[in-house]
Amino acid sequence: MAGSGTSDVKLLGAWASPYVVRARIALNLKEVQYEFLEEQFGTKSELLLKSNPIYKKIPVLIHDEKPVCESMIIVQYIDDVWINSGPALMPADAYDRALQRFWTVYVDDKFVPSLFGIMRSPTEEAKAEAKEQALASLQLLEEAFGKISKGKPFFGGDTIGYLDIALGSFLGWMKAFEEMNGFKLLDDTKTPLLCAWADNFCNNEVVGAVIPETAKLVELAKVMQARYKSAPPAN
Amino acid sequence: MVASAAVRLFGMWASPAVRRVEWALKLKGIEYEYIEEDLSNKSSSLLEFNPINKQVPVLVHNGNPIVESLVILEYIDETWKDNPILPVDPLERSKARFWATFVDVKCREESRKAFFMEGEEKEKAIENLQVQLKALDEELEGKKFFSGDHIGYTDLAVGWMAFWLGVGEEAAGFKANYDLKFPNFSRWMKDFLAEPVIKDNLPPREKTVEFFRSFKQLGSCTKVNQK
Repeated sequence: MAGSGTSDVKLLGAWASPYVVRARIALNLKEVQYEFLEEQFGTKSELLLKSNPIYKKIPVLIHDEKPVCESMIIVQYIDDVWINSGPALMPADAYDRALQRFWTVYVDDKFVPSLFGIMRSPTEEAKAEAKEQALASLQLLEEAFGKISKGKPFFGGDTIGYLDIALGSFLGWMKAFEEMNGFKLLDDTKTPLLCAWADNFCNNEVVGAVIPETAKLVELAKVMQARYKSAPPAN
Repeated sequence: MVASAAVRLFGMWASPAVRRVEWALKLKGIEYEYIEEDLSNKSSSLLEFNPINKQVPVLVHNGNPIVESLVILEYIDETWKDNPILPVDPLERSKARFWATFVDVKCREESRKAFFMEGEEKEKAIENLQVQLKALDEELEGKKFFSGDHIGYTDLAVGWMAFWLGVGEEAAGFKANYDLKFPNFSRWMKDFLAEPVIKDNLPPREKTVEFFRSFKQLGSCTKVNQK
């Protein structure tokens, strides 16, 4: 939760970025007080450029003046530091951890590019292909959910964990694309487990507070499609 | 030594990602069975253990497959606690992971382009790689290895550059002259390759150059089936 007088933890971010949402969910789950410093779309602050000179991207977590960059590295950092607060974001077993890390890499390398390919594709054909790839990725994630969750509501079991955060932070944009394009990405018949998971995730109090509203994302997407061919503020 | 037929590694001799895992296993003194894969004719075991991306390396421990070399490194470190390769401090861990993903995503992308492309695109890639090497060079200031006095996770992650950058250049027929511009990084490359665990675990240079030479001639832009 953001609060004043809690300047030892700052998060540089932007409301629409799913990567920033990842960091915010982790901070909220761990009940960490932090100051949220919103970057303006299209510009980069001095603090951002100084804290993340390599990528110049959000999110950046600044803890006691020291920056941590890259969304899932930030999530792991939060889990390591605030170890006695809130649920463990990573499972205890090394193999379970490896599975969550693997699927997180999959989300970032395969799913997310195809998802944003839907918005960025210049032709209807390319858009259709991006959509097919996104759907195929979600099918694999559906199967993975079946194995990893072991019948519980989240990839992390009873509580939201690392992989839930990695994938769930994109639900806002997924809903926006569904609305804009009139198709479903998560479907009761094809991905029932992920549909239930998505509901549980978005209905969670700490998540609900930071997942951007679909209507606002749709509006932003239209502006971006008109103005740029580039990615949303993201890392 | 931890004796275990319970540890198997599916790999390919020329692959840097596979060597990275072998270096970690050797640093930890873990015994393992190595299975060489012919990537043009993948074994049913490999496809069974890694149906998602069908690549090497795959580590199989007690029948459980772990995929993605950096994920495997963390698994190894968490499972066999002797000779830790990741630091204990959360901030240091975050930096180690940061540099590992930096070289695996950014440096690898530019070095692939420098290798496969020609003309202006090649020059641009070499230029981008120089900027990346500068960052790595600065990170090494005052340190023998990325991880300090001894090699660790970050060195193992960056390690492919110490050998395969030069191999790639020779195979593709260009020279970027990194040693002149990046003294820390050049020094690190030599020190890293001189470490016993590394020195004794590299593919034969000429054979590797030849492999990549013919790989380039195939003209495809696919990765060497590895991550």
